[in-house]
Amino acid sequence: MQEDVLRALVEEVRTGRTERRDFVARLAGLGLSAPFASLLLASAGVAQAQPAPYKPTRRGGGGPLKLLFWQGPTLLNPHFGIGAKDQEGSALFYEPLARYDPDGNLVPVLAAEIPSRANGGIAADGRSTTWKLKKGVRWHDGKPFTADDVVFNFTYATDIATAATTFAQYEGIAAATRIDAETVRFEFQKPTPLWHRSVGVALVPKHLFETFGGTRSRDAPTNLRPIGTGPYRFVDFKPGDLLRGEINRDYHATNRPHFDTVELKGGGDATSAARAVLQTGEYDFGWNLQVEDEVLTRMEASRRGRVVACPSGDVEMIQVNHADPWTEVDGERSSPKSRHPVLSDGAVREALTLLLDRKSIQGFVYGRAGVATPNFLNNPARLNSPNVKNEFSVERANAVLDAAGWKRGSDGVREKDGRKLKLLFQTSINSVRQKVQNIYKQSCAKAGIELELKGVTAAVFFSSDLANPDTYGKFLADLQMYAVAGRPPDPGVFMQWFLSSQATGKANKWQSVNRGRWRNDDYDRLYRASEVELDPVKRTALLIEMNDLICREHAVIPVVYRPSMYGLGRQLVAPLSGWDTALSSIAEWYAEA
Amino acid sequence: MGHYLLRRLLIALPALLGISVVLFTVLALAPGDPFSEMALNPNVPPEVQANLRKQFGLDDPIWQRYFRWLLAMLQGDWGFSFISRIDVDKLILSRVPVTLAIIGASQVLALVIALPVGIYSAARPYSWFDRIASTLAFIGFSLPTFFTGLLLILLFSIKLDWLPFVYRADLAATGWDWWVQQIRQSAMPVAVLGFFQAAGWTRYVRSATLDVIRLDYVTTARSKGLHERAVILKHVVRNAMIPVVTLVALTLPQVFGGAVVTEQIFRVPGIGSLLIDAIQRNDLPVVMAVTFVLSCLVIAFNLIADVLYGWLDPRISYR
Repeated sequence: MQEDVLRALVEEVRTGRTERRDFVARLAGLGLSAPFASLLLASAGVAQAQPAPYKPTRRGGGGPLKLLFWQGPTLLNPHFGIGAKDQEGSALFYEPLARYDPDGNLVPVLAAEIPSRANGGIAADGRSTTWKLKKGVRWHDGKPFTADDVVFNFTYATDIATAATTFAQYEGIAAATRIDAETVRFEFQKPTPLWHRSVGVALVPKHLFETFGGTRSRDAPTNLRPIGTGPYRFVDFKPGDLLRGEINRDYHATNRPHFDTVELKGGGDATSAARAVLQTGEYDFGWNLQVEDEVLTRMEASRRGRVVACPSGDVEMIQVNHADPWTEVDGERSSPKSRHPVLSDGAVREALTLLLDRKSIQGFVYGRAGVATPNFLNNPARLNSPNVKNEFSVERANAVLDAAGWKRGSDGVREKDGRKLKLLFQTSINSVRQKVQNIYKQSCAKAGIELELKGVTAAVFFSSDLANPDTYGKFLADLQMYAVAGRPPDPGVFMQWFLSSQATGKANKWQSVNRGRWRNDDYDRLYRASEVELDPVKRTALLIEMNDLICREHAVIPVVYRPSMYGLGRQLVAPLSGWDTALSSIAEWYAEA
Repeated sequence: MGHYLLRRLLIALPALLGISVVLFTVLALAPGDPFSEMALNPNVPPEVQANLRKQFGLDDPIWQRYFRWLLAMLQGDWGFSFISRIDVDKLILSRVPVTLAIIGASQVLALVIALPVGIYSAARPYSWFDRIASTLAFIGFSLPTFFTGLLLILLFSIKLDWLPFVYRADLAATGWDWWVQQIRQSAMPVAVLGFFQAAGWTRYVRSATLDVIRLDYVTTARSKGLHERAVILKHVVRNAMIPVVTLVALTLPQVFGGAVVTEQIFRVPGIGSLLIDAIQRNDLPVVMAVTFVLSCLVIAFNLIADVLYGWLDPRISYR
């Protein structure tokens, strides 16, 4: 499956011999996200899929829209958002240049059109993109939205003193320039195939934030009283509890929004949020229902609401430690310089991969909320082998270990050269993760591998506290499981996770992203090539090769990919996308009569 | 009296200082990190996290952070929330009205039930009324609020579909409609907290009244031919209420502290849910402010209870 094959596939879609949908599915099988596939098609000049129809024929009249979030937003400046909940809250009022639709296509919001080679928006040398902005857009206070605002957001977020959490979305952009009032050009430091990383940043008005950049950013009154371009105007905000908005009569898209008021209630737990939407119908929308699928199905039986699972890039995975967590080298454990005494043996990693019963994990633990995947890059199934069942085999794992010289000891645990196959497996505390840990422990025991399970409170596990030995960043265990939150739809960013230069350790205060400390020269070479490869087809081929390399080498053991789960009231129609925030499409939501 | 008050207040100062030191150290030493949620966000590079930690002074030694907090607190600055990026006092004040309304109403409900039931039970011990009241009281305080809360939701929201189980502080209604909606949404949380508190207090009122009702002066009052009603209300209750006042005064700080579990179940945006959210997100300034205010209230209400004694029972004097 390499370059020429891809080219032929794209050509087939362009000439109409293959369905767009099939193409996306085939690429997904190769470990590439839907948005990525769509961009590939767009670059070849294939027309975008038609958006879902929007039925209301006038603005407003939809009454109140009630949203229930079990974690309420705590702040409303999109540049300060700490978690997804904050991005959702600001999405009611602020808008980005473009958003991703359910199929992963870029849809213009504040832009007039999506840049492409064909319309001249993407420079041939890959060094810049030019955005045409939508005309006639006004901020809620009546001031016009212009190119200056777009440029300002870039300077605001990239000032390190502002401490903006959108900082990295502008990574690699050297400058943003105003061409005229409705045109902006982003210039990259080097030829960049990943040109759309910053499109999702919700834009704030220059005239209200200008004097509050850098260290003064926390004093801006607009932080708590947003004035954006969005479909709803701000009414009231109680951090962590309630957010209210009312219809923006001056909104820039015709007949939108449908609802007259919007209310976002936060707090409580996911299960009772699901109940309020699916069972009692008190709310129209329940966000991120991380509830066991069995429970959700039972609630849906009341027929007041339904659960929607949106494919996304989030992958739950078991990370393998390639460094030695049990010996101190240069004053640190798991030093990137060391090699794991057991897991550096490819046979052990292969056996560990074979022992993961993904089918049972999907069937008994995740349900609709987790789809078994053998690939690191999100995908439903590998090309030509949609059945992942084959991947689980205790016999084959035993055979692999026998062949590699791991002999069973008197206690049933295998050993070689005096090293026992005993591994410490850590994850955050969360009933679903503990169930998976136990399933894995049982199947590993059948192959003579003893797993010791460890659970760490999420607040500690994901903390960046340098003094704590239990964090996932330090990874002082043999295996660890967590999810890659995969919002950025282009896999380029994630592929850094396996780059030798990103190996985390004391030298970089455990802040680099290669936490498994895997090192592979071939991979590094592929990555470097993909970083500057401007031909989208060639770049795709490189990314597929990188994914295959990680999976073949068992550098990581993917478990399931996790669609975003949302609860919708019976009448609510919402084109939810797993590639963007749930409320990014809020202007398109309506209630069916 | 004035002298006594002054002395008590002077003792309270070092106590508060000690409490603040302990609270601050424990919170600072606890593992966790307010920015852990960012760690999984690929858009937040480590430099931004490091810069945030520096901005909020998280990398300084604990004693420096403590003195900075103490100085600010003395000037009335309660701190700055890491998570919401606003001042802590604003955050707390936004939660006070709901807390007072819900917890206050439940305490009133508890008193309204506990006083008459407890007194009547004591006046007729081991009667059918007393037995039923005692049984209900035992059931009441053995059932935890999260359990009764869920039971009520199951019954009134899901099976019968009468009451909403998500509390909204900002009702979009006015006039009568507002009152109806407010009562409908408060009914379950107030009932859960009120009945739980009432169960304990009923037993307490009953035993306090029983202690007094057997005393000789009560018999004397009865033999004077006073009406039973007058005996109980004028002679028994006033004396029996002394220990009850202490109990009620000491539970009043809870009115401000909120009820963590019940608030979570019904999504009541009170101080309890603010505290638990802040703890879960390691928002230290908020946790510190809420817990410290609570300790101040406990000390204050202790003092108030002591002063009330003297008013209820002139035999108690202050030295």
